[in-house]
Amino acid sequence: METVTITMKNPPALYLEADNVTPDNFAGKTAAKIAELSVHEGNTTSTLGKYFEISGNAGATAADTKIIVKGDVKKVKYLGMKMSAGEMVIEGSTDQYVGAWMTGGKLLAKGNVEAFAATAMKGGELIIEGNAGNYLGAAYRGDWRGMSGGKILVKGNAGSDIGMYMTGGEMVINGNVDVHLMTHAEGGKTIVKGNAPSKVGGQMVDGTIFIFGSIDTMMPGFKPNGEVELEVEGVKATFAHYIGDMGERHKKKKGAVVYANLYKKI
Amino acid sequence: MSEYIIKNGNVFDPVQGIKGDKKDIAIKDGKIADKVSSSAKVIDAKGMTVMAGAVEIHAHIAGPKVNLGRIYRPEDKLFSCTPTKGMERMGGGASIPTTFKTGYEYAKMGYTTAMEAAMPPLFARHTHEEIRDTPIIDEGAFPVFGNNWFVLEYLKNHEVENTAAYIAWLLRVTKGYAVKVVNPGGTEAWAWGLNCLSVNDPVPYFDITPAEIVKGLIEANEYLGLPHSMHIHPNNLGNPGCYETTLDTLKLAEGMKAKNKFGRESVMHLTHTQFHSYGGTNWGDFESKAKEVTDYVNKNKNITIDTGNVTLDETTTMTADGPFEHHLTGLNHLKWANCDVELETCAGVVPYIYSPSISVCAIQWAIGLEIPLMMKDPMRCFITTDHPNAGPFTRYPRVIKWLMSKKARDTQINAFKHKDKVLSQTSIGSLDHEVTLYELAQMTRAGPAKSLGLANLCGGLKPGMDADVAVYNFNPDTPVADPENIEKAFSRCAHVFKSGVEVVKNGEIVGTGHKRTLWVNVKVNDNPQVMRDINEKFLKYYSITQANYEALGHHFVPNPYALEVDATHV
Repeated sequence: METVTITMKNPPALYLEADNVTPDNFAGKTAAKIAELSVHEGNTTSTLGKYFEISGNAGATAADTKIIVKGDVKKVKYLGMKMSAGEMVIEGSTDQYVGAWMTGGKLLAKGNVEAFAATAMKGGELIIEGNAGNYLGAAYRGDWRGMSGGKILVKGNAGSDIGMYMTGGEMVINGNVDVHLMTHAEGGKTIVKGNAPSKVGGQMVDGTIFIFGSIDTMMPGFKPNGEVELEVEGVKATFAHYIGDMGERHKKKKGAVVYANLYKKI
Repeated sequence: MSEYIIKNGNVFDPVQGIKGDKKDIAIKDGKIADKVSSSAKVIDAKGMTVMAGAVEIHAHIAGPKVNLGRIYRPEDKLFSCTPTKGMERMGGGASIPTTFKTGYEYAKMGYTTAMEAAMPPLFARHTHEEIRDTPIIDEGAFPVFGNNWFVLEYLKNHEVENTAAYIAWLLRVTKGYAVKVVNPGGTEAWAWGLNCLSVNDPVPYFDITPAEIVKGLIEANEYLGLPHSMHIHPNNLGNPGCYETTLDTLKLAEGMKAKNKFGRESVMHLTHTQFHSYGGTNWGDFESKAKEVTDYVNKNKNITIDTGNVTLDETTTMTADGPFEHHLTGLNHLKWANCDVELETCAGVVPYIYSPSISVCAIQWAIGLEIPLMMKDPMRCFITTDHPNAGPFTRYPRVIKWLMSKKARDTQINAFKHKDKVLSQTSIGSLDHEVTLYELAQMTRAGPAKSLGLANLCGGLKPGMDADVAVYNFNPDTPVADPENIEKAFSRCAHVFKSGVEVVKNGEIVGTGHKRTLWVNVKVNDNPQVMRDINEKFLKYYSITQANYEALGHHFVPNPYALEVDATHV
């Protein structure tokens, strides 16, 4: 695997849209060619090389390419957007849409990421060592197809509306989340090791939520369904089981109605 | 104005019966000319196909429901935006493009005239503002009449003359083009929680049936002698077994004759026929009844149709058939928007994905192609996708590919997940006909122009007609090696002229022309009763006054082109 390191040397005055920073777009290119890839600052199109110092050549394919992003990229959006293979490491905190629409590969963000990370993610692995913003793994504005595959791990906290319209894949949040978790979801799994305040699983049709901490206010559409012993993320515990959202339509599988499942650790 | 001569192209023009002859087309002062001076700019069209600009007879491209679709589907613009480039302003949207993108995309495919198929009269101003902002193409808009309270009240007593006077008034104040009917009576019935699924279902309160509405509107249309015929989206759209309602609707035109000075021979235009040609009793035994519907239309010469081809895309359905959209959101569980339009109509919007791996969608695809392949007279069957309902209009080149190449159809059939079901429920597999370029020119130019009453203006290359010309990089003399080349050639024209102005060159916009709004100005005798009824309805029911109703003046219709009709003699 070849490694390309891009280091912010000339931070943008406005937010920089850098959707070309992916192993897919770097593949087969030399450092000089990578510097020529386009970025947008406001309504101005310029080159990656104007903002970043680029060292190292990419591998022949995305899978052979690793990108390390160094320096202050707090005002850079879309890093790793649509990546399908290879690796990316973002050493600092970054802005919105990290790993959005990604289909494969591994993306590690060592700092915090802003909203819309992993929007409509289909595959691959996203690890956020800091905190994630709102709408993690959610659907794009207006769309009904959120995260459908892949894995997300957030070591810190995550914001509100995460997993909105999720249809598949798995998210683990080591910290707390904000309101509206897996709203409208039709599949997938979210494990929150901390607390979730309220609006957990609103209008959820299918899918699974585990909450290890507290829920301040349960949605009225979730119905208690006994207690179960489960091993989740290596932790054996008793969980209160709820099914819901009773106010929504639900599919039938082999004659039985399929509900979304909410498990809260007791 | 500049002169042009398009030399040595293979010309296809049904108006003059030219079937691929190598001819020069001269353009002078915005019109097709017999000859031009030696200073005319020469366009070399050797090895290319030359046709008149294409005419779109039915698309939803302007107005409140189109805009509602744009507003509530931001995801439709995701990754489909095009930045400013040369003369082109930025655009966006895949199934519901922005106004600018709409104009550019039509022009690049060689379309120069398009009809907005359903204008709610109350929102005529909005519709005209969008038409104004859609560059290049001439446009008209069809106000909807099939659920209008005036029409229901007059036709309940078979008052054709009053209906005609009201139509004349409404076309004038809304700058409308034709009489459009959507789910006659059914949309109004839905306001009462009901629908009209057959032509004999009574409309609640109004005590009238769809059959009476349809017959009465045809009579009023011919009483006035409008350029276009009554244009109908019948009851019971999109349901298994709906073809029977379609045949019942078509039979209402029996014995009726067109009366007009525009050369139109039809009295009824059946739109998006694909959605109305379904057999079966449920989605499991869903099957094609394209043969039954086209057999009837083939025999009855006073009907024209358009296809409504499913293009197998993710799109946005929108129709003034409010109850249908509510039914659809119950089927696909996707977001639904609805708007009631006071005394006139309502509209619904729901996204839809025509997936090649769903058997019903694949059968719908096949039905859309069976219809034009089964129609004996291409002058009475026009290509549409009922944009954006069965697919975006930008897919016309793909539909043309499927029509012109059996090989392309077979490739698609073989790609379907439920291929056997498509072959057992339709007869697409046994249809060998490949549409010729001459037939294509009939289906997309001369035919729709004639049905719209525009035969003297557009859809042909006869000297004196508007110089709307499309030059395709497609050589009819060489066999088509790969059907993909058909799609490519019809996607981007080598040259397009709109009223003599070059607007497209090598697939790029090079001019925006002098876009016109086509409307129909009917003179009728004074009708004090209808005027009194209009005043009363505005005072009693409408949420706005008459003064705020009319689409008047330069702001709404900056460049009008009125087709004059005198109905005072009758």
